[in-house]
Amino acid sequence: MDVFLQLTLNGLTLGSVYALIALGYSLVYGILKLLNFAHGDVFTVGAFVGFGALQLLGGVAHPAVPIWLLLVLITLAAMAVCAVLGVAIERFAYRPLRDAPRIAPLISALGVSFFLAYSLQLLFGADQRDYDAFNLGSGVLFMTGFTIPGTEVRVPLLRIVVILCAFALMVVLWLLVTRTKTGKAMTATSIDREAAAMMGINVDRVIVFAFVLGSALAGAAGVLFGLRAPFYPSLGFLVGLKGFTAAVIGGIGSIPGAMAGGLILGFAEAYTQGYVSTRWSDLIVFVILVTFMLFRPQGLFGKADIKKV
Amino acid sequence: MEVAAKPILELEGINTFYGQIHILKDVNLIVREGELVCLLGGNASGKSTTLKTVLGIVRPRTGRVSIGGEDVTRLATAHRIERGLAIVPENRRLFGPMTVVENLELGAYLRPKADLKAEFERVYSLFPKLYERRSQLAGTLSGGEQQMVAMGRALMSKPRLLLMDEPSMGLAPVLVEQNFEIIRQVNEAGVALLVVEQNANVSLSIADRGYVLSTGRIVLEGPAAELLQHDDLRKAYLGR
Repeated sequence: MDVFLQLTLNGLTLGSVYALIALGYSLVYGILKLLNFAHGDVFTVGAFVGFGALQLLGGVAHPAVPIWLLLVLITLAAMAVCAVLGVAIERFAYRPLRDAPRIAPLISALGVSFFLAYSLQLLFGADQRDYDAFNLGSGVLFMTGFTIPGTEVRVPLLRIVVILCAFALMVVLWLLVTRTKTGKAMTATSIDREAAAMMGINVDRVIVFAFVLGSALAGAAGVLFGLRAPFYPSLGFLVGLKGFTAAVIGGIGSIPGAMAGGLILGFAEAYTQGYVSTRWSDLIVFVILVTFMLFRPQGLFGKADIKKV
Repeated sequence: MEVAAKPILELEGINTFYGQIHILKDVNLIVREGELVCLLGGNASGKSTTLKTVLGIVRPRTGRVSIGGEDVTRLATAHRIERGLAIVPENRRLFGPMTVVENLELGAYLRPKADLKAEFERVYSLFPKLYERRSQLAGTLSGGEQQMVAMGRALMSKPRLLLMDEPSMGLAPVLVEQNFEIIRQVNEAGVALLVVEQNANVSLSIADRGYVLSTGRIVLEGPAAELLQHDDLRKAYLGR
């Protein structure tokens, strides 16, 4: 029982990070029908920006500001830089290819992905880094916490921060998309881009907005990931692929789907690591991807693509 | 219709190409304020391309598109809509997974939400059925009801000029008549209309003027009453 609870907690933490990444894939795919394979590397950039901001603010041992403010600031820094990066990627790598055959922006996306990963490697080296969360704010994030009553399972404050932060961002995104005029415009654009333009919706602006939101969430995910595990320049490929898998499981283009897919994937990975072997966890994840592709390509929340006659 | 009314839409010397294929050949067309103009033509005559050129979905190689006297040839679709255009597109193009109310709201996307109450009332009084169906997903409605949503959605923006792409297509004859009756009412309320149709008989019966397109060229134009009597048109479109 203790093991199960511990693994569930791991799955929830990991899954909420995957969900944030999956949302970015889904937002962009929903509108452009483009698989933004550079998205995983935007996530890595977020992890690095958060790390840089942490150093600027005095590092883990002697942060210049209170720990909660520190977390907010490094997350915001990562979100802001990634949002700008996302806009730049859209403007220079995708927009010129908007009317090209669909394979062209896909190749462009892979190019951007390599460009980002190797730029990070060139600038910062290929070494692993981590936020040293164990010492962050003199260990406050790791030492504080609570034990689930009746068990030996310890829940460090850090875990709670990661999970709450991820869910808060998802709620904000959900409200933005379902309650605001811009959100409605995004939904309309994803249903029928040309018809949306006929309503006076500035489609270019909606697309930029989708990139801003998706990339900012990836940036936040990068920081939340960095708080609990080491990161390195080429990390985005694997994590991005998992975020993409989460989006496919949930039904790519669907926002609740991306959230659910992320959590399912997080749990699958955590339980495999705990009950089978850590070596098998990636295998299981991609077996799930292939299974969905074969038997339910529209995902859990997606609708089968009915071609208009 | 007094000739003095100001033109709201002008196409001047439009030549449009799809790749090497010359689609529109020197098309000149004008719609004045408050006018109901129909653009007739068979399949592949260039009707849809003309509308797409007005909307900016297709850019002409040469020629000028003006709305309210302002040159909009280089402007994107959204900016043209901003200048008082609205469209009931071919096949309606509703946002199927959204409700009727959401569809109507999107029609008024460029207007502040606070002003919409009167517009909703106007649309619901024109189409009482839509009020009953307001929380239903647009994609689940019948064809006739969907046509009402498409009309209502276009009217929500309080357009100066309403474009209609084949409003009679795919509708039962009784619905076609109802539809044109509503088009007439909308026009009487002061909205200029450009109606693109294959059905020459019905559309000319309510129009002020008409144009006839054939293989990308305007081959006939004039007051609707005259066109109805025109031998060529009767042979080609009315089958008499």
